[in-house]
Amino acid sequence: MNIRNLLSYLAWGIILVALQVFLFKNLALFGVGLCFLYIILILHLPINTTPISLLLISFGLGLVVDIFYDTGGIHAAGTTFLAFIRPLWLRVISPTGGYDEDTEPTLQEMGTGWYLTYILPMTFFFCLIFFFVDQWGTLGFLNILNKSFFSSILTALLAILVQALFFKRRRGIL
Amino acid sequence: MLRILEFLYRLRALLLFVFLEIIAIWMVVRNNSPQGAAFFNSSMALTGSMLKTQADVVGFFNLAEENQDLASQNAELLQQITLLTPYDSLSEEGLDSAFRASYTVQSARVVGQTLRLTQNHLTINQGSNQGVKEGMGIFNQEGVVGRVKTVSNNYAVGISLLNTGLLVSSKIKSSDVFGSINWDGNDPQYAKMLYVPRHVLASQGDTVVTSGFNAIFPEGILIGTISEVAPGEDQNYLNITVKLSADFSKLNHVYLIENTELSELDSLYQKAEISDEY
Repeated sequence: MNIRNLLSYLAWGIILVALQVFLFKNLALFGVGLCFLYIILILHLPINTTPISLLLISFGLGLVVDIFYDTGGIHAAGTTFLAFIRPLWLRVISPTGGYDEDTEPTLQEMGTGWYLTYILPMTFFFCLIFFFVDQWGTLGFLNILNKSFFSSILTALLAILVQALFFKRRRGIL
Repeated sequence: MLRILEFLYRLRALLLFVFLEIIAIWMVVRNNSPQGAAFFNSSMALTGSMLKTQADVVGFFNLAEENQDLASQNAELLQQITLLTPYDSLSEEGLDSAFRASYTVQSARVVGQTLRLTQNHLTINQGSNQGVKEGMGIFNQEGVVGRVKTVSNNYAVGISLLNTGLLVSSKIKSSDVFGSINWDGNDPQYAKMLYVPRHVLASQGDTVVTSGFNAIFPEGILIGTISEVAPGEDQNYLNITVKLSADFSKLNHVYLIENTELSELDSLYQKAEISDEY
């Protein structure tokens, strides 16, 4: 990753976190669908990112969002879990012939079908952990499943929408 | 020995993951306990000022409605003043310490809040420099909003009434029956009134106000109206649902209220060995 890539990642990160904490914080579709668009920052890191740096970046990112949400560490718990299962899930769904070095698992790079099998389970697991830690036995498991289901669909939809609208070029970000 | 180190090195991702998760969960637990203050929260100077800028922009579009509300509240207060003035002439006033005002009120603005979690918080644009202290009550003209939890120099974070961890001592106004208002985490418009015994006659539409028992709020600040009364799962208590009068999606101007006798009450409770979780 060169310095130009790094800078564009940073800019993209600031935009997404700002969107998350100023716009999506209190947005809820029918009271159950929350949007966690910022997690695509973690999902779109290059495939050859080492697990350690992935974990540290995710934890930091979650913490920043937590500060704005006043949630202590709920987001951090979710994003750290996401970073942990990302390499495992990428291995499970790797296409025949494996990935190219330095590929970013985005919609443009990998195609819609693959991208859906990638983003839907990942967002679902993030939401599951998020609501599990948030509710901590107050509302029951069905409520957690319900919220996670709709939130992950909403997040995935928005992620696809954002990429379809703003990412024209095949390589690179922004 | 080398083998063990090698083994641990191969597991480094898992170990780091477990370590970070433990930190995260620990921070959540710290944040959710009523006494423990969070290390990182939105009352920090940078995040506070960013949230304030956002609130300024958004608030601009609500100015008309906000003015209307404040004007109507002014009218109400003016009417109350006219009712109160005759008592000024009582010669006893000022001699008895019980006449001393035991609550001070100041105004503030909500600059940021969450609504959709089970542990919701709000950020206020007043801090210790403006005299805000931990434990002050937050309310607006519509009803009770929450309680101040952490204070920084210029901002404060409050626990919203929409937080499953906050209990507000309350009573049904018509019958003077006491209970506790607690949000159940479902609908941001409705909360539960706990510990109301089964023999009590509570009916739909009854007003619920603060009881003045927990020393944060004075008696009689509106909380909401009863929207549903049902026999509870626990045989001893009724399951009462209260429609909250404060509209949490439109919070802007709020009042902070401080009980100036709180320290005296606290030390009294301590002497009497009553644990008072306000």
